[in-house]
Amino acid sequence: MDLIPTPSQTVGPYLHLGLTDAGSISRIFGDGAKGEKVWLTFRVLDGEGVPVPDAMIEVWQADPEGNYANQAGSTDGAGFRGFGRLATAEDGSCTFETIRPGCVRGPGKTVQAPHINVSILGRGILKRLSTRVYFAGERANAADPVLTLVPENRRTTLLAKADPARKSYWMFDVHLRGESETVFFDV
Amino acid sequence: MSSSLIPAKGKHPGEPVAPFRRHEPGTQPESFYPAYRATRLRAPSQPLIFLPQTLSEVTGPVFGHSDVRPHDQDLTGQHAGEPLGERIIVRGRVLDGDGHAVPNSLIEIWQANAAGRYAHVNDDHPAPLDPNFTGTGRTLTDENGLYSFVTIKPGAYPWLNHENAWRPAHIHFSLFGPAFVTRLITQMYFPGDPLFGYDPILQSIPDGRARQRLVSKFDLETTKPEWALGYRFDIVLRGRESTPFET
Repeated sequence: MDLIPTPSQTVGPYLHLGLTDAGSISRIFGDGAKGEKVWLTFRVLDGEGVPVPDAMIEVWQADPEGNYANQAGSTDGAGFRGFGRLATAEDGSCTFETIRPGCVRGPGKTVQAPHINVSILGRGILKRLSTRVYFAGERANAADPVLTLVPENRRTTLLAKADPARKSYWMFDVHLRGESETVFFDV
Repeated sequence: MSSSLIPAKGKHPGEPVAPFRRHEPGTQPESFYPAYRATRLRAPSQPLIFLPQTLSEVTGPVFGHSDVRPHDQDLTGQHAGEPLGERIIVRGRVLDGDGHAVPNSLIEIWQANAAGRYAHVNDDHPAPLDPNFTGTGRTLTDENGLYSFVTIKPGAYPWLNHENAWRPAHIHFSLFGPAFVTRLITQMYFPGDPLFGYDPILQSIPDGRARQRLVSKFDLETTKPEWALGYRFDIVLRGRESTPFET
């Protein structure tokens, strides 16, 4: 059997009612989780560079050992959930408190650099946009099997930048459209 | 064994990843659909980059009974009194592309009240709010992929997309399924709505059979005598490709 999957529709302007008023998750780990704690601020901008105040970001990431919670063989230990979601504020931003992920195994003998899988939803977004956040300056980026699929001149759109003013704070701008458009993936 | 002796599993090749099927052309909305005005500045202009699925895409968050409270699936029972409007039951199954049930999967819904107004601070449609209706629900599918909600039939409402624009009555649905790539946010419509042809959000899906997936069916079997009409809404998430390949 090969049923046509149900099509996507926009989350609309009132997503908060169903998804984030009661279901926000800004901290993706529990007490006792090990690893390097980091804060990651997203900012969502439209094709004219105007902040998008009614978007929603979801993140899904591996733990510092490179394992996903719930994956076969994972221990799901130390309260590491790996999932978060937040609505953007008036300035188009939202901030997750997380643990820097480890390298994740990739196809064949490759190793994926630390990355965070991201969904972007919002009014005017008819189907979920999918991207990845990598960390600028990470040595493993050079051999990452996904980053290398991306034309070199667009790779920087996938790199979170360290906030020079605050240790352990990272910033990632999502440009939905336009000259500095973020790379989105067909997953 | 000290934990430092355990190899970082993530850095080593493991079992093959079983990827999920890609969508057939035309069965999902176009991202850029100018008739839906908000897409003009919010849809990417560059083509998506094809990403062969890895462990990151085939895993996903899991939810459980602790994520759902007792009254979450009855949107008419969340306040002191009963909401106004036509009480309905929405029931269905969550399946994968092969027709297999997707069990224990979180479904979240939200909707306007019977008058077409959302209990949301940004909704300024001059229709009454209902103090007995918030319009949000949650449930988990059972072991057979079945779910049901009791709610009120939402009203149509105007929006500013174009001259005299009205959204057909709908309920928003959010589902996770087993993986990052099975995440789905969609809308359920009601059969025979005269607004379908005028709604760019629904019409953004080129394939008519795929659009039909979003229209619930009146269901006499779900209908409860002397109490509520029933609608059937089955949801199909992406299934796995038939043969897992070695990664």
